[in-house]
Amino acid sequence: MTRPVRKALALVSGGLDSMLAVRVIQEQGIHVEGINFFTGFCVEGHTHAIRNRDRNRRKRNNALWVAEQLGIRLHIEDVVEEYKEVLLYPRHGYGAHLNPCLDCKVFMVRKALEWIRGHGFDFIVTGEVIGQRPMSQRKDTLPVVARESGAGDLLLRPLCAQNLPPTLPEREGWVDRSALYDFSGRTRKPQMALARRFGIEDYAQPAGGCCFLTDAQYAVKLADLWRHRPSRDYGLDDILLLKVGRHIRPAPHFKVIVARDEGEGRYLGGYRRQLPLLETLSCPGPTALVDGDPDPADLELAARIVARYGKGRDLAQVEIGLGHPQGGERRLRVAPLRPHEIPADWLL
Amino acid sequence: MTDFTLDARRLLCPLPVIRVQDRVAGLSPGDRLEVVCSDPGALNDIPAWCRMSGHRVLDLRDEGDECRILIEVGAAR
Repeated sequence: MTRPVRKALALVSGGLDSMLAVRVIQEQGIHVEGINFFTGFCVEGHTHAIRNRDRNRRKRNNALWVAEQLGIRLHIEDVVEEYKEVLLYPRHGYGAHLNPCLDCKVFMVRKALEWIRGHGFDFIVTGEVIGQRPMSQRKDTLPVVARESGAGDLLLRPLCAQNLPPTLPEREGWVDRSALYDFSGRTRKPQMALARRFGIEDYAQPAGGCCFLTDAQYAVKLADLWRHRPSRDYGLDDILLLKVGRHIRPAPHFKVIVARDEGEGRYLGGYRRQLPLLETLSCPGPTALVDGDPDPADLELAARIVARYGKGRDLAQVEIGLGHPQGGERRLRVAPLRPHEIPADWLL
Repeated sequence: MTDFTLDARRLLCPLPVIRVQDRVAGLSPGDRLEVVCSDPGALNDIPAWCRMSGHRVLDLRDEGDECRILIEVGAAR
């Protein structure tokens, strides 16, 4: 009688560790599919697609690319709404910035568990390594992920399994524990050696930079957004806009988002039906959005800020177009602010 | 066979792929879906997703600020 082919779902980030974890399990004859969660904070793609300076960069979604290299299907799940609970109320707190890494991993493994239960899969695979990350991948926090996600011993970490108690797939003989690994610590050398053994030469840079919540500058802008709203709730557009442009807050009730190049200008222009849009008309200059509750004097100040970042910054007056979300446009002639008129604490 | 369209303009990676994935889930084999995107990354990502998911890209056009991708839904979904 032939044994049934066991099926595993792997969390695929697009980085090397999850790529290796999948390969290790594939080598054991397990059918593997991947899952990737879109939280809205993924560094992947977004900013690269927007900015001019990134126009020549290779544009690919690393998780999709990795899945194709591995010959597996990838399921990408939009978890933006559900993720708010994780970010706003992390049981285990934040890391160095606004990164709720441990809660995030618990959440993703829990989502993977729901998925395997709904699709008849047997267990979950991740590329976690003991000691690799300061918050979510420590010897004391790996069991927290398994326990709080509900996955328990259905969660297999092939790269460090030999440092952990045997999981169900190992005990049942679905996978051979002796062919798994005992990686630990922050060194990347074992992963790189294993990649060479598998003939993997092209992979995204080692993990750490895949989430904007670990970025100090982004965290400052997100904290500012929360401080100046009645609640910390946010929408997808809010968090995407934090990735774009210079954010300048002259007053608590409004801020100006100034494009840094044409690509960002085009992107901001897409919000003309949602927020007041400022465009430099009389000379080359940036496009900007005004977010908040600005009055006419605020909009004039915003126009002066925009003029400061255009080619007309040294002119006496610059013409700026002001588009209203409900339609209608008017032209403002404003004196560009001088650099010393923009206090450092306006710049986020 | 039925033709459908999906407007994925202004969506950035990986949202166009997610929208295609969700839309295709409700279609039948042989149906055709034309996707319009403004993120140039979609030119790589959507065909990659189609290849691994058993769908066929019939046409792919880069029109500068937009791109159009015509997909034929496969049997295995």
